[in-house]
Amino acid sequence: METESAKFFAAALAIAMGALGPSIALGFLAGKGLEAIGRNPEAASKIQSSMILMGAFTEAIAIYALIVAIIIKLV
Amino acid sequence: MVAINAETIFKIGDFPITNSVIAASLPIIALAIITFIGTRKMKKRPKGLQNVLEMIVESILKLTHDVVENKKVANLVFPIVATFFIFIIVNNWAGLLPGFGTIGVYETIEGHEKLVPILRSANADLNTTIMLSILSVLTIQIVGISALGLKKYSKKFFNFSSPILFFVGILELISEFIKIISFSFRLYGNVFAGEVLLIVITLLVPYVMPIPFYGLELFVGFIQALVFTMLTLVFIKMATAEVH
Repeated sequence: METESAKFFAAALAIAMGALGPSIALGFLAGKGLEAIGRNPEAASKIQSSMILMGAFTEAIAIYALIVAIIIKLV
Repeated sequence: MVAINAETIFKIGDFPITNSVIAASLPIIALAIITFIGTRKMKKRPKGLQNVLEMIVESILKLTHDVVENKKVANLVFPIVATFFIFIIVNNWAGLLPGFGTIGVYETIEGHEKLVPILRSANADLNTTIMLSILSVLTIQIVGISALGLKKYSKKFFNFSSPILFFVGILELISEFIKIISFSFRLYGNVFAGEVLLIVITLLVPYVMPIPFYGLELFVGFIQALVFTMLTLVFIKMATAEVH
């Protein structure tokens, strides 16, 4: 396989496999967060801000994979 | 398409001025002018521009006090944390204005003719985000040391009471350095990927389709500023917490 086509494969696989884990993790996070809000509606704003914070942490991992894919493709 | 690194427009002596430096100085000048106009002849009952500025400052102050429960530390870190928030959000939103990335000069680089834009969103350059994250981690360390004292603070990292705790301390030390990378790449990735996404969508369907993506970019710009600020505050709270 020549380098050009290998580059295409590498970029696609990098972001595809890299986004798999964080998306499942975000699903769990949202599920547990909503469950907690449902059980205790008074603490909703605290749970909400924690959820957004943890969401950004998890999202960052997918962004690292995206950066690797962009670097493979463009550099 | 978009270049990964920001292109140099001109040099002052030996120091290259890239297009993201030019694009970062415009919001700074605009903010300085707006704040100067808003704080002349301040009244006890604010109206107009002074009212808006006070609203913004109050909401960030409330966020700081909510996350960092310690009042002294919150008042100490409020200026730099508010600067992070306002700098990141104004630069992210300014990067969506027309003219960013489109007005430029044609240059021949490596045989191809490419457009070198004069303005480029400031956080789409890794230099800006690394600068912000190094400042943030330095702030966390300095506030932690000043609140706990150097001996107590370094006990968190160099704990000689048992082998397991020693290993945990070393991991904590490494994780402080990883924070720099994590902060910078989160912000850089979000803004740069948003830029590339907008360019690709405009290439595909230029007419109505980019509108929801601009909405997404506005939202992402705000959320990334909020996340950067809140993470800094949470780490400050953790750094000033007493070791049990």
